[in-house]
Amino acid sequence: MIESTCALRHNGETLAEKAGNRKGRSVIEFETVAHSYSGGELLSDVSLRLAPGSFHFLTGPSGSGKTTFLKLCYGALVPTSGSVRLFGEDVRTMNRDDIALARRRVGVVHQDCQFLDHLSLRENLALPLTVSGQEALDDDANLKELMGWVGLTARAEAMPPELSGGERQRAALARAIIMSPEVILADEPTGNVDWEMSQRLLTLLIELNRMGKTIMIATHDLGLIRAAKNQVQARVLRISGRRLQLAGADL
Amino acid sequence: MSAFQSILDFAIGDAQAERAVPPTGFTVRLTVFSAGAMAFLVVFALALSLAAGRLADRWSDELARSATVRISAPSEQMAAQTEAALNVLRTTQGVQSARALNLQEQRDLLAPWFGPELALETLPLPQMIEVIETAQGFDGDGLRLRLAGEVPGAVLDNHARWRAPLVAAAGSLRLLGWLSILLIVLATGAMITLAANAALAANAQVIAVMRLVGARDSYIAQAFMRRFTLRALGGAGVGTLLGALALMLLPSASQEGGFLTGLGFQGAHWLLLLLIPVLAGVVAFIATRLAARNTLRSLT
Ligand SMILES: Nc1ncnc2c1ncn2[C@@H]1O[C@H](COP(=O)(O)OP(=O)(O)OP(=O)(O)O)[C@@H](O)[C@H]1O
Ligand SMILES: [Mg+2]
Repeated sequence: MIESTCALRHNGETLAEKAGNRKGRSVIEFETVAHSYSGGELLSDVSLRLAPGSFHFLTGPSGSGKTTFLKLCYGALVPTSGSVRLFGEDVRTMNRDDIALARRRVGVVHQDCQFLDHLSLRENLALPLTVSGQEALDDDANLKELMGWVGLTARAEAMPPELSGGERQRAALARAIIMSPEVILADEPTGNVDWEMSQRLLTLLIELNRMGKTIMIATHDLGLIRAAKNQVQARVLRISGRRLQLAGADL
Repeated sequence: MSAFQSILDFAIGDAQAERAVPPTGFTVRLTVFSAGAMAFLVVFALALSLAAGRLADRWSDELARSATVRISAPSEQMAAQTEAALNVLRTTQGVQSARALNLQEQRDLLAPWFGPELALETLPLPQMIEVIETAQGFDGDGLRLRLAGEVPGAVLDNHARWRAPLVAAAGSLRLLGWLSILLIVLATGAMITLAANAALAANAQVIAVMRLVGARDSYIAQAFMRRFTLRALGGAGVGTLLGALALMLLPSASQEGGFLTGLGFQGAHWLLLLLIPVLAGVVAFIATRLAARNTLRSLT
């Protein structure tokens, strides 16, 4: 069992409490989880607790199951055995509406940054608000601030196909956090950007973590992990031989 | 929230949700077309049913359990033979009442043919007796034999009998009309289901993104249902209008009320036309809802 204890201490109170999570409750909890696709078992005997406010990296070779792991985290997949609890609820017992509601508390940055190509960037960023029935107009100021924060103000009316890879990744991050979720799961958020841009994205994620968000970043960019370790107390998990391990000082 | 309010909300819709689902192209056009064609056909099937129904009702009402006995006899025997025939009829099983028509009634019957000026008194007219049957009816052949024996100048005309098959045919025609409407509705439902399925499949990626950012199934389904329902409503409105116009262009019903010329709608039946687009809307609503429910369940 990998216990995440790196809830940041700040002025004596944990940021997790600030984030509104009940004390001691983990946001996401895996218990002897195994998952297999038709091709055979990909993950087995994975146990893990993500404490509120923790910062994790997830690494492993391509095809080792990082994306699969994240999908298990937000209820897009149900484990073949074992249990995954999302905010204390077993995903197996959640109905489709429960999953939809839980996803409003989890921001996901997809590996291939999925957008609706017929909507402008601004509308895409506001999509989580739209589908949850919140008037996007009410949050217009919020939206503007967020776009400024990821440096996309000038591109607000652009259509997704017109965006560069880095712009798409910043946009995906902005969309993931517009609902002010408790957890942010980012799948290769720096996959196709240069070093400088990846540093900027990392800084954004670290800032979010300082606000109390639980962060999990899947990446095989070891440079990124090293850069992060200087700024934040992060744990590195590695998928190796279908198991999840805590990576040591070799990084 | 009242049902009316929910319908109103559904019709007004959510502009944002509407934008989130991209234009559904040919599938929506297919829906408009099938709803329109269906409505056009339903107008005629409905007109057929209603006209056949009217015909069946009129014939069976007018002729229900009625028959006529006609007595042709030299005028000095007329009264005696009429009395004899009435006696026979009164003692016949299955006859409820029998009554000799008076001169005025006979004049009214003949007026359409010979005009009101006719001097009936001078003509050797047969005497008519109106016979009303009981529900069981009488045995026509038996009565004919008895009349032949006792009243030489009497002829029984039980027209209800020969018209009965016509009434039955009109009844079947009405049934066929309703059956056609049912089949048209089912075919339209199937067509819209296919169209909605195609639209949902074409938008699997859009739906996946919406699910990813926390959209409920009902939110996604609503966007599709609203689109297909409103288009079906519109298409069927146009189809109904064209069908009604075509019906109005048929030659108007003449006095004799031939079957074909009586094919239009009458009075309040015109209001039934308003139900056709509503029916199309309901069919589209249900079809899209089922299609959406099935598709969404297969996505994470
Ligand atoms: N839906 C699926 N059905 C069958 N096999 C799948 C499915 N999704 C992924 N896989 C397989 O599972 C394995 C792990 O996939 P996954 O996407 O989790 O890897 P990953 O660690 O994220 O890789 P990468 O670093 O390249 O993104 C791969 O071999 C992949 O082909
Ligand atoms: Mg991956």
